[in-house]
Amino acid sequence: MLFRTWILGIKSLLLHPMRSALTVLGILIGVLSVIALLAIGEGVSIKAQQDIEALGAENIIVRSIEPPNDSIEFSFSAREFGINRAEMEQIRAIPTIAQVIPVRELRLQFQYTGNALAEPRLGRLVGCTPEYQGINRLEVDRGHFLTHPEKQATVCVISAELAKHFFPYEDPLGKEIFVPAKKNRFSIVGVLKQKTATGAVGGSFSGQDFSNDVYIPIETMRRLMGDLEEKRAAGSFERKKFELSQVTCKVKDVKDVPKTAKIIESTLRRMKNDREDFGIIVPYELLEQARSTRIMIQLIFGLVAAVSLVVGGIGIMNIMLATVTERTREIGVRRALGACRRDITRQFLIETIVLSVVGGCIGMGLGLLFPVSTEGGKVLADWIAPEYYDKVPTYFREVVPVLVPWSFPLAFGISVVVGVIFGLYPAMRAAQMDPIEALRHE
Amino acid sequence: MENAVEIRDLTKHYVLKSETVKALRGVSFDVPQGDYVAIMGPSGSGKSTLLNLLGCLDRPTTGSYMLGDQNVAQMSDDELSGTRASRIGFVFQSYNLIPQLTVVENIEVPLYYMGSLNSKAKERCRELATLVGLGERLDHRPTQLSGGQQQRVAIARSIVNDPQFILADEATGNLDSVTTEEILQLFERLNQEGRTIIMVTHEDEVAEHAKRVIRLRDGHIVSDERNSDRVIASGTSPNVTQVESEPVADLDQTPAV
Repeated sequence: MLFRTWILGIKSLLLHPMRSALTVLGILIGVLSVIALLAIGEGVSIKAQQDIEALGAENIIVRSIEPPNDSIEFSFSAREFGINRAEMEQIRAIPTIAQVIPVRELRLQFQYTGNALAEPRLGRLVGCTPEYQGINRLEVDRGHFLTHPEKQATVCVISAELAKHFFPYEDPLGKEIFVPAKKNRFSIVGVLKQKTATGAVGGSFSGQDFSNDVYIPIETMRRLMGDLEEKRAAGSFERKKFELSQVTCKVKDVKDVPKTAKIIESTLRRMKNDREDFGIIVPYELLEQARSTRIMIQLIFGLVAAVSLVVGGIGIMNIMLATVTERTREIGVRRALGACRRDITRQFLIETIVLSVVGGCIGMGLGLLFPVSTEGGKVLADWIAPEYYDKVPTYFREVVPVLVPWSFPLAFGISVVVGVIFGLYPAMRAAQMDPIEALRHE
Repeated sequence: MENAVEIRDLTKHYVLKSETVKALRGVSFDVPQGDYVAIMGPSGSGKSTLLNLLGCLDRPTTGSYMLGDQNVAQMSDDELSGTRASRIGFVFQSYNLIPQLTVVENIEVPLYYMGSLNSKAKERCRELATLVGLGERLDHRPTQLSGGQQQRVAIARSIVNDPQFILADEATGNLDSVTTEEILQLFERLNQEGRTIIMVTHEDEVAEHAKRVIRLRDGHIVSDERNSDRVIASGTSPNVTQVESEPVADLDQTPAV
């Protein structure tokens, strides 16, 4: 018997295919947006977590921050800021710390004199130790990364992008990179594999772009370039002095990370007399935050999507109210032929459930395809308007939506519940009609 | 002969704002099984009200209405629905077939609400469709049929549940004279087979086909008489009863068939 009512519901809906399709579309979009938004949220959280994990949960990163240049006075004395080697040694003395890895970065032009066609390129000159490779997960394509025996040598390792730029047809190993600003040459001992940029985790530090990097031993950098930087531009002259850009501290036991971070902070504050020219990133704490943020993201995205489902539900209600009015005569006939109120309620309720279930199913199907389609969309965007697509921040380009399995039953369940709730009122209104009035209705 | 319908002192009052409209002011009559009754009257005579009461679509203010052995006057809404499904066969002026259903499915509707739709019943629906001359169009939709054909489907639908009586409301009002004649012949045939028919109409030519005509005015029965030609045909002497604002006595007339 009930089966017949379902068939009847479908038949009635097919009498107005366009109207039914549009109503289904409302629910479909609602279900799809629940699944899609949760997938994007999950993708963002997973990416954030990966970025933080890439920093290493056992690491504490101390970075130098250049204070804003607010002195109007013209001065020949160099501005001094950041972490110095003495402070690093103090940090090294903390017993929970296994290792400290110093890094000093400069933004410079690079050149290869052997290839006249290749223009000089702006990039990072990174003075570091062999451990730098491990903490940043750099992979070597050819040759090798910097080694301890080479710590005084004028050697370098270059990124895949620079290798492609300067040596499109040659083997870069053994060639020399020239740094015009310092008049130094470094012979290439290794080429890295391509590495994607990391996001700006924690909000306080910019993400790192590894694409135009040249790595040299930090001791070589100090010997050749000292700690002083001079910048000359039209009408301005700036001198600044900093010993280290960053110190990565590896903690022996992950459990000691929060405690160690506090000790580092207080040590640095004491030594610097509260000068705010450094920042501490604790990936471990960020990871904890990211986990709780994930729940927030899912909640907010889920709520936004649920709103669209409610809008879909209002669409159903609207259509069903119109349908009930339009089919008043049919309701009267059915009542006259023996349908009781319950039969009429059931008939219209089933129609709304069919609408929402069909919408829910198609929405789930499209939801499954969502991650594939966003990848397709990216390729398409890159193909149609590459100049605009390039301007999209790398971070967004790299977010891959990750389907959340429970979002499927959730979205489907909400769509059915919405269908029932918004279908109930029109159905009951149909059932409450006076059969005599309904039969007289034109 | 047992009565299909027994109505006693039936009144119906409607309260509109502060005013009470007395649509029926005490109506009594019996319809024996196998009778063919036409109910006539001008608009405002209480004809529609009586039709609604006879069709169990409404409850009387006072009075009793025996449908076979059941008093339906004070039934609940659900009980009335059940009664309509199993004991009354409706035929409407505008056919009132359900547009999304085929001919056979339309005939099945009352059985569906009675909860007795099985394969045997479905077979019966097909037979009924053939009986009213639509054997070739079982799977057509109402919109693919002419008015006369739709009314035939409606008649088949009205007898599918073996009702106590067929209640026809201006059943030929929307049809041309040729089709009207065909439909009335169909009714006559059903009557000859023993089915009780109560027909509401305002056309004398239609009422002539009935065995008996009840005329209403201002909520009263003003006349209840046997049609002479029909009576002659059935060989019974004419028995004319005039009633003015008082209940009709038990007519105790033998049915013609």
